[in-house]
Amino acid sequence: MNYQMLLTQMLEATLMSLRIFFVTLIFSLPLGLLVAKGRMSKIAVINLPVRLYILLMRGTPLMLQLLFFFYAFKPLFGIQLDRVLAAEVAFVLNYAAYFAEIFRGGIEGIPRGQYEAAKVLGFTRKQTFFRIILPQVIKHIIPPMGNEFITLVKDTSLAQVIGIVELLKVTSNWVSSAVEMTPLVIAGAFYLIMNGIVTRCFTIAEKRLDYYR
Amino acid sequence: MQILSAKNIKKSYDGTQVLNGISIEINKGEVLAIIGPSGSGKSTFLRCVTQLETVDSGEITICGETLVKNDAAGKAVYSDRASCVKIGLHIGLVFQNFNLFPHFSVLQNITEAPIRVLNKSKEEAEITALALLKKMDLSDKANAYPCQLSGGQQQRVSIARALAMNPDILFFDEPTSALDPELTGEILKVIRSLASERMTMAVVTHEMKFARDVADYVVFMDNGTIIEQGRPEQIFENTQNERTKAFLSRFNED
Ligand SMILES: Nc1ncnc2c1ncn2[C@@H]1O[C@H](COP(=O)(O)OP(=O)(O)OP(=O)(O)O)[C@@H](O)[C@H]1O
Ligand SMILES: [Mg+2]
Repeated sequence: MNYQMLLTQMLEATLMSLRIFFVTLIFSLPLGLLVAKGRMSKIAVINLPVRLYILLMRGTPLMLQLLFFFYAFKPLFGIQLDRVLAAEVAFVLNYAAYFAEIFRGGIEGIPRGQYEAAKVLGFTRKQTFFRIILPQVIKHIIPPMGNEFITLVKDTSLAQVIGIVELLKVTSNWVSSAVEMTPLVIAGAFYLIMNGIVTRCFTIAEKRLDYYR
Repeated sequence: MQILSAKNIKKSYDGTQVLNGISIEINKGEVLAIIGPSGSGKSTFLRCVTQLETVDSGEITICGETLVKNDAAGKAVYSDRASCVKIGLHIGLVFQNFNLFPHFSVLQNITEAPIRVLNKSKEEAEITALALLKKMDLSDKANAYPCQLSGGQQQRVSIARALAMNPDILFFDEPTSALDPELTGEILKVIRSLASERMTMAVVTHEMKFARDVADYVVFMDNGTIIEQGRPEQIFENTQNERTKAFLSRFNED
């Protein structure tokens, strides 16, 4: 077995997994916040479509959504998304729905008195949200967010259904061609390292925000 | 000079009339105490004048600026949004349960609104805040967080936070009700000292002795109407009104 080649390929594939991971976070976190706002809107034309979107994203497999954006997008909309873009779109939309529900829980958990105090002091709605509410929301949603981030690291492996060569795909290529278990052990170690870092970041964030209740 | 004038305020929550024609006036430098049994609409009235609720009908004028008045059909019409915001700046409100911002230090709780809303410089806002903290006897707590303070200290911070906006009138909704009995004194002392500086205030309270000592006027509310209003001596010693008597006798028993 050519270990150097194995490692090179696995590292390259890990970069792809990481790319999906970061692109998903960068876009789905703000989008999730926006979706949460829409979900809490009292206006039916905003609220209902947002609910439907959340239902679709959470109610169908992420793998199906990946297949949809790669294979069904062209026949439906006339545009062929390239593999990686299709994967990123699917991941962003899927994770935004989960993040939205976490944000909503956090926002709804902030006591009404916070809004009232801010209003009487003359803060605008925007200032109230970004200066008073959101910082408190972030503290409260750190534990569920940690879960989602860890799941996302592992979910990146689903991208292989549309032919993307990420960490687990390379691994399975190697184990199926050579009868050896080393690639599995290495892949496991890679995922553990990534999630170890994620966990560490969340522990630090939690500590940092521990100065108030 | 008239700071607050509320005329014939009516407000109902899904069919139940909570305020049934409340009229109250407060002049500059006066302290008004609002008393009455639970559910009589005291908080609702404060929430209406502080714009946390809207009225169904009636007229509210603050520092000569009209917040809301009736149209020809007798329905409340509010001023435009910018005016409402501007009128709101004349007013401070101290809540029963403080509602401090937990993620801000004591100092930042007090400086945030002057900086963001009144566009004061950080230095200026902090000088004012520290002076207010000194007055509240909390100089050593500037960098503490609300969760590290006692209820009485939190309430004093919230009074400082309201005062930092330099309001023309300060409303209190049962400022001592969430406190242990031994802590109510420190808050009442602060309000007394504000009264001696001629701060215009309206205080909803169940502390009858305090209302009698500090208030220039007392309003007794029940069931969404003002049953009686007058000087404290009138209400507490010479009332001829049966409902006022019945209400006050409950306090004299305990
Ligand atoms: N948001 C609301 N929705 C429906 N009813 C309400 C609402 N807020 C207050 N009420 C009702 O209005 C009435 C007056 O309430 P309010 O809180 O003004 O009384 P209060 O005089 O402040 O009483 P307390 O001394 O207990 O604080 C009560 O019957 C209450 O149930
Ligand atoms: Mg009340």
